[in-house]
Amino acid sequence: MSSSTPPKKKYWSWRSQAFRGLVYQVLAVLAIVGVGWFLVHNTLVNMRMRGIQSGFDFLTQPAGFDIGESLFAFSSEQSYWRAILVGVSNTLRVAIIGIVLSTVIGTVIGIGRFSRSILVRGLSRVYVEMFRNIPLLIQLLLWYVVLTEVLPVSSEAITLSGMFLSKGGLSYPVPVWSFGYYLAGAGVLVGLVAAGFYRRWAQRSFEVTGQVRSLFWMSVVIVLLGGLVGWLVGGAPTELDRPFKGEFSIENGAALTPEFLAVLIGLVLYTAAFIAEVVRGGIQSVSRGQSEAASALGLNRIQEMRLVMLPQAMRVIIPPVTNQYLNLTKNSSLAVAIGYPDVVSVANTALNQTGRAVECISVVMLVYLTTSLGTSLLMNWYNSRAAIKER
Amino acid sequence: MSETKTTHSMITFDKVNKWYGNNFHVLRDIDLSVAKGERIVICGPSGSGKSTLIRCINRLEEHQQGRLVVDGTELNDDVKAIDRVRKEVGMVFQQFNLFPHLTVLENLTLSPMWVGKLPKKEAEEKAMAQLNRVRIAEQANKYPLQLSGGQQQRVAIARALCLKPKIMLFDEPTSALDPEMVKEVLDVMIAMADEGITMLCVTHEMGFARAVADRVIFMDQGQIVEQNNPHDFFNNPQNERSKDFLSKILGH
Amino acid sequence: MNTTTFQPIAARPAPANTSGPLAWIKANLLADWATAVSTLVIGGVLLWYVPQILNWAFVKAVWLPSFDACQGKDAGACWGVISEKYRLIIFGRYPFEEQWRPLVATLILTGLLVLSCMRTCWKFWLAPLWLVVLAVYFLLMYGNVLNLSKVDTERWGGLPLTILLASLSLIMSFPIALLIALGRRSNLPAIRSFCTVYVELIRGVPLISVLFMASFMFPLFMPQGLQIDVLVRVLAGITLFAAAYLAEVIRGGLQAVPKGQTEAAATLGLSYWQTQRKIVLPQALSMVVPGIMNSFIGTFKDTSLVTIVSLYELTGSMKLAISSDADWMPFIMEGYLFIALIYFIFCYGMSRYSQWVEKQVNKSKLR
Repeated sequence: MSSSTPPKKKYWSWRSQAFRGLVYQVLAVLAIVGVGWFLVHNTLVNMRMRGIQSGFDFLTQPAGFDIGESLFAFSSEQSYWRAILVGVSNTLRVAIIGIVLSTVIGTVIGIGRFSRSILVRGLSRVYVEMFRNIPLLIQLLLWYVVLTEVLPVSSEAITLSGMFLSKGGLSYPVPVWSFGYYLAGAGVLVGLVAAGFYRRWAQRSFEVTGQVRSLFWMSVVIVLLGGLVGWLVGGAPTELDRPFKGEFSIENGAALTPEFLAVLIGLVLYTAAFIAEVVRGGIQSVSRGQSEAASALGLNRIQEMRLVMLPQAMRVIIPPVTNQYLNLTKNSSLAVAIGYPDVVSVANTALNQTGRAVECISVVMLVYLTTSLGTSLLMNWYNSRAAIKER
Repeated sequence: MSETKTTHSMITFDKVNKWYGNNFHVLRDIDLSVAKGERIVICGPSGSGKSTLIRCINRLEEHQQGRLVVDGTELNDDVKAIDRVRKEVGMVFQQFNLFPHLTVLENLTLSPMWVGKLPKKEAEEKAMAQLNRVRIAEQANKYPLQLSGGQQQRVAIARALCLKPKIMLFDEPTSALDPEMVKEVLDVMIAMADEGITMLCVTHEMGFARAVADRVIFMDQGQIVEQNNPHDFFNNPQNERSKDFLSKILGH
Repeated sequence: MNTTTFQPIAARPAPANTSGPLAWIKANLLADWATAVSTLVIGGVLLWYVPQILNWAFVKAVWLPSFDACQGKDAGACWGVISEKYRLIIFGRYPFEEQWRPLVATLILTGLLVLSCMRTCWKFWLAPLWLVVLAVYFLLMYGNVLNLSKVDTERWGGLPLTILLASLSLIMSFPIALLIALGRRSNLPAIRSFCTVYVELIRGVPLISVLFMASFMFPLFMPQGLQIDVLVRVLAGITLFAAAYLAEVIRGGLQAVPKGQTEAAATLGLSYWQTQRKIVLPQALSMVVPGIMNSFIGTFKDTSLVTIVSLYELTGSMKLAISSDADWMPFIMEGYLFIALIYFIFCYGMSRYSQWVEKQVNKSKLR
């Protein structure tokens, strides 16, 4: 009675299940390929008829348009692909900041649903219902209208200690990049490593002596110290590029434009409402007995939340929250309606100029697909680490 | 090739082997012959392959090696063969598997109407006859979740009987029931046994085996270790492994 | 043996400091340090700002469509822009005198939608009724028969267009989503991979890119000379998009049906399609009704995006109505608030309904 591997056997006839399965699949593949070929054929014919060029060669040609705001310099003689890169950087900029802010706000509001104060509970509820049930596009447009209407013209900009608030956005002074900042960056990295070591030491010391040591804030202090040391060593550069009131607008410095602010505020408030619901569902999924056991052991409410409820709730929270992060990234595409130059906006301009619809839209889809897959993979990795080990 | 007639034997396993995946050899060289009208109880520790064995008979599981012939039809990849076998073989599950969104009566008439193409009235008459047989006719218009476990299992038995099968398979039919309800289901099974239907039952209920079985089969690690009539099996087990098993379950 | 009889104590009301309004205040507003502080802070903020907002929105607001009043120094919100333009906002560019047609058509459609949500109406006549209502709808809107003047689909707009796009895309995406969900669970690798690729592809890109695709690329896909209406193209885009998300919802329901159900059906001789139709789908779909409603609410909100591809649904028609009029243009914020309110009423209503349905389903499970 040896445990050999199973033999393979095939039986070719219409009455065989395996054969039928194969036939169905071949038919399905033929149908899909057939439809695909039909569409591609029509597209080529139509494009030839209308004299539309095809191909991605346009990407190397000069763009011919300027982009309102960008993390790095861009001018209209530079190529299309560089323009798209600017668009991608703008999308990532608003997405990453948006994800961080909406997580913080969403978690606070989600936890607020369990507060003892009826005012806090009520406000959380009102917030969620209000921001969830109004389409995001309208929220973005509203914020844009508010920002552009309420803010004063540049000649009458509000001054706040070196920063200017006007219709051109929030202009703030930016440090002039020099060697000292590279060193500061290196110092931050060293600080991160040192903070890691500190955390391990603090954890062990807590287990041995029972003295609670601050894990989070000390780590932050260490990282900042690292940056400070690096900056000092690099010569302590303090030169700032200050904004000043020019003839028609605020010049120099860096600015958070109203477009960026509108997209950011709209996205953050909208997504925070959904994240709040996910957090609430996650906390509710932890059975009430856990909370009672924690109280019986003498933990106060904050400890109970941090040590018992949230870690268990994480398992339930992570997949839907990942979804919300992806939604936020995709929703940033609505910036095209406001004029914030994200990747969809830039590709749209490129499309209108070159007429290469298929190529431009494919580039946009490719960018988003990569982002989605990347975020999903990252979250899957974190999810598997956070999962409760079972038999 | 698939119509060889094997007289006398209702079910024939001929060197049947089955693997799960590439490594788990769950059925090893099973040779078994079940005569018409015979009542067989299969027992053994969990993981021994008992459920897999009977699930191969109606092709809920596929065997990879060997021949399996049920009522003259060889079971393989042939769709028509599988359909024919499934019409002759009824099955009762440990978890009842009644359809919760249909009433008891609808559960029973579903297959006769949609597979057997019987008109509704006739199907309902036959269904009521079966419900009477398992003594649960008054629950015909209730939903399964409104019944107790024992009642649900009796409905499941009636549902299987509606197809007038020649063979009935029972996969631990009483394991999910409260102890008080085990008797009502066993009574139904004993009554059925008296009517001459071929039965294969995987169960831990040794009392049932003693009362009804013609043959008890003991399985372990995918093999048939011992088979004998109940009297000889319980009182005089021939194999060390069977002795060991019986001492554990009949011990106190 | 001396036995005493049981003397029950009469029930008395609770003492004053554990019940009643004072106790409620203590429990809900002053329970502990943090709560008391938050009550003070929030209470203070609310008392300061809420009267100001109410003042702007109601007390000093201008309700009459008087442009001069709105421009006045002490004016609050200018709701006059709404009373002046509401017909344009709600009905879009549909010819002014014929606006009763979209009104009637939309009322019929909405009525049928509400009816379809009620379990008691899930009978055989529902499907034919839908066909009849849809036919009547298009007849009324498009016209060109029975004395009704012809109105091209380009001029359909406003709230009727929103409702039309949302309901039609739900109806059409449902069968597609069903097939894709079943396909994703199939044993046949070719079909399973195709369905998985479709879902992951669509879910990985924003709706706006699908709409751009519908707007710019669909005309290229068509054989020469065949023109498709922009409404049809956009509807196709939204339907394909919604189908991917709905497929995932349905797949969740399919996964929740216990495997024993399909096994039992197999032993009873039912074929694959019979099993799906009579056993698996009824159970799976009734489990995911809340998910389906959520999907519909999402699609309803997503219809606002068609503004970007130049179809004037509610958002677009509002912008058109107010921005094109130099007089009223400064008050576009009131316009946004108005349509935000309309969307809120619809979406909140639907989500409350879905919660009610969920409660009903849970109640019936614990019979």
